Amino acid sequence: MKLSRRRRQRLVRVAGYAVFVAAILVVVTAADWDRLSDAFFRGDIARGMFPEAITVALRNTIIYTLLAFVFGLTLGLVLALMRLSSILPYRWAATAYIELFRGLPALLVLFMVGYGVPLAFPDREIPGGVYGSVTVGLGLTAAAYMAETIRAGIQAVPKGQLEAARTLGMSHTRAMVSIVLPQAFRIVIPPLTNEIILLTKDTSLVYVLGVTPATIELTKFAGDTLNTKVNPTPLVVAGLLYLVITLPLSQVVRALERRAARER
Amino acid sequence: MSTIEIAELHKSFGKLEVLRGIDLKVEPGEVVCVIGPSGSGKSTLLRCVNLLEEPTSGSIRVAGVEVTDPDTDIDEVRRGIGMVFQQFNLFGHLTVRENVTIAQRRVLKRNRADATRIATANLDRVGLTDKAASYPAQLSGGQQQRVAIARALAMDPKLMLFDEPTSALDPELVGEVLAVMRGLAADGMTMLVVTHEMAFAREVASRVVFMDAGVIVEQGPPAEVFNKPREARTREFLHRVLEPTRVSETEIGAHLTE
Repeated sequence: MKLSRRRRQRLVRVAGYAVFVAAILVVVTAADWDRLSDAFFRGDIARGMFPEAITVALRNTIIYTLLAFVFGLTLGLVLALMRLSSILPYRWAATAYIELFRGLPALLVLFMVGYGVPLAFPDREIPGGVYGSVTVGLGLTAAAYMAETIRAGIQAVPKGQLEAARTLGMSHTRAMVSIVLPQAFRIVIPPLTNEIILLTKDTSLVYVLGVTPATIELTKFAGDTLNTKVNPTPLVVAGLLYLVITLPLSQVVRALERRAARER
Repeated sequence: MSTIEIAELHKSFGKLEVLRGIDLKVEPGEVVCVIGPSGSGKSTLLRCVNLLEEPTSGSIRVAGVEVTDPDTDIDEVRRGIGMVFQQFNLFGHLTVRENVTIAQRRVLKRNRADATRIATANLDRVGLTDKAASYPAQLSGGQQQRVAIARALAMDPKLMLFDEPTSALDPELVGEVLAVMRGLAADGMTMLVVTHEMAFAREVASRVVFMDAGVIVEQGPPAEVFNKPREARTREFLHRVLEPTRVSETEIGAHLTE
């Protein structure tokens, strides 16, 4: 029997779906759900984590993220402007910084800030305690990434915008502040939002600084609960709470990208 | 005092010498149109006047001020020179009204009421008061270019530079921009216009300058340059531009250079 081209295509597609569904069914039926739910989905343990999971752990995760983001954004903007500067040493310094901090694990940087800075400056400390150390420790790495994002954003603003502004008598600084940067930031909002999502997850490294019950964040909180209850359910709870932060942000990114696509 | 006084201007980009000794004066109230083939250096000449391009050597005086002098406050000089670009270069994140007020506010330090009043007057002049709240992306090319003209005029310039203002426009939108420019010329604005619109140059210019290969080949009143060009290169260029359908196959590639 000879199939028409159309029928053959439909057959292949149906076969593809069938294989996909079968694969899922095999995995679902083969898994030992009782043991799995006993390990990861224990309602009593999950309930026992509240309200601290939200009032302390989730709250601190958000605070760490925002602090590091603001610090990283500020430093990142300075680095981006230095990279685009006409002054060679500025460009060198910014490039060296970006290459260094993009190449180092965030964990190492956090560790160096948490323990290296107190050793280097015994009489001083980073203001804000753990909050200050996290801001700097995570912000230093975030700044390197954001600097590159912002630089790309600035370069994506057509050169004519700066020329038009200068032609109207604006100084270079005034033209950057009033004309170029507002448009650059509009371009980089989606990638910067992605940066917040990455930072949110990087706050799980804060445990290396030794947090107290008051400054604990989601991952450490879940890890501690895991140790006391000898059950990994808290990890699932923490994971879901991370999604509470990151999923809306992903939606924001998608909406912004759609809007940008429309305006183009 | 001449509005523009250019002497022995040279400009090179790397090894490429784009301007090879330009002398040009523009008197107050004059409309000077610069014509010539692509790559002849006309846009570069224009961009040297407000120092968007740094001359390699030579002198440029605008209203008596030497713009190439490192001690000159170039921002101050630019305030008095309006410029209109081929690509409009309106500020995309600002409304039409904000486009016309931002430099008044930030550079001339006019208060909001004054800046808005002057913006409205200039938008009226280019026929776009009803678009004050729109964003540039919502306007046609012709409308955008007219806003760009209003934006420059709001700074009360003594001189307007036009860099191929209609070259990026759909053919049916060219007329509205030229009409605004003709109005400006009639009001006595000093204008230096790089253009491919020969009809505009012939009709509005007080003087036409023909450039080729980085030098001024000839200049004079439009009637002379267009009707009795002295130089062979000018005749060749005008023939190709004004009678494109009568360029014969034997002329293909036979550009007169040097």
